[in-house]
Amino acid sequence: MNAPLFTDEMKLADIIHLNYRLLLLFPRLGMNLGFGDKTVKEWCESSAVSHQLFLMICNVYNCEQYLPGEQEIEEIDVNQLIDYLQRSHVYYLQNRLPAIEQRLQDIGETCPEGHRQILKRFFEGYKNEVISHFDYEEKTVFPYIMTVTKGCPSGNYKIEVFKENHSNIDDKLNDLKNIVMKYLQGSARGEEKINVLFDIFSLEEDLSKHALIEDKILIPFVLKLEKSYDKK
Amino acid sequence: MRLKIVIVEPSIIISTGLKRLIEMKKDFEVIALIADYYHYLEKIHYLDPDIIIMNPAVVEMKKRQHLEELFSELKNTAFVALIYQYIEPEVVKQYHAMIDISDDGERITRKLSQAINALNTPVDLAEKNELSEREKEVLVALAKGKINKEIAEMYHISIHTVITHRKNIIRKTGIKSISGLTVYAILNNLISINDVE
Repeated sequence: MNAPLFTDEMKLADIIHLNYRLLLLFPRLGMNLGFGDKTVKEWCESSAVSHQLFLMICNVYNCEQYLPGEQEIEEIDVNQLIDYLQRSHVYYLQNRLPAIEQRLQDIGETCPEGHRQILKRFFEGYKNEVISHFDYEEKTVFPYIMTVTKGCPSGNYKIEVFKENHSNIDDKLNDLKNIVMKYLQGSARGEEKINVLFDIFSLEEDLSKHALIEDKILIPFVLKLEKSYDKK
Repeated sequence: MRLKIVIVEPSIIISTGLKRLIEMKKDFEVIALIADYYHYLEKIHYLDPDIIIMNPAVVEMKKRQHLEELFSELKNTAFVALIYQYIEPEVVKQYHAMIDISDDGERITRKLSQAINALNTPVDLAEKNELSEREKEVLVALAKGKINKEIAEMYHISIHTVITHRKNIIRKTGIKSISGLTVYAILNNLISINDVE
């Protein structure tokens, strides 16, 4: 089903009313509640945030089929995009993952010791995978992109490498879903299990959109920029 | 390891088209195109297919319902019917899967995978969803850190069979990673935490 796209004349409040899940994006976009009746344009101007970028991200999260066109991609403020992606990393690692980890710990306490241990170990394994994944992006990919945008792409790396190796980190998260849903027995903490499962589904969705933004917006942007330098 | 396929079909148009569609997936390799059953009989000694895709009509009417007899020495081969004309339901029922002339590449390769699965797991409905004994054994071995080759040797089966079991395990449980399978194994009391490093 095609959701209508958001525009810069819309009120921020209306956007949330249309899809409350977008609330989770706001901290990463540098936004707090209490914005009154401001429109997207007004708020973005007053906060020095590119309204095109703001809308692009909200639209990607809100609308299944939406992807920006070539023209739109060319015009993005890539510094702000990378900023947003980095803040998202922080959000996942300091907010979402710890919340799930804590819930799983609480649930684990009602399980036999072996079960508790393996669950803990599994989640730690997942968390480390995520940390490595983000680390690589922050230490290698993003700095490289900054050199490209400044006009002096550093010699050895190419965004193609990132493109080929952009592994998905959702296998374990997907497994965790099935584990919590189907195989975690016992009636203890039943509602907590449901809550954590909901969180996991929500995180999975968020991460897949995050990856989509990297794959379908950031990488094409950099590829095009690299090409323009190669021609010179 | 690619699955080997033999196509037994008189029409070259259909068999070459089918071969092309199948070989778009790297998991499969069509090792022979044979026009009729009797030519197949001549060649079976050196062909060792995992799957035979066959137009049931190549076999004379009175023998069609006796697929088992016709291919009695091929216990580890899946049979897939290629249908584009009327074939009696009792004949089609004998096959592990059925390809229709209107199927596209994706569907065809999916059905081929299903045929292999049908070959390896008993048709009992409960067993379609629950892990079989052998699948549990493979799962436990994986949780203990064994690789495909080691598991094949432990149980005297081929690596191909191990891979099939792994695919079934993924399909039934929805769990893909080894660490996820380890959690499954412990939660379902197939092993204890002490068995895992």
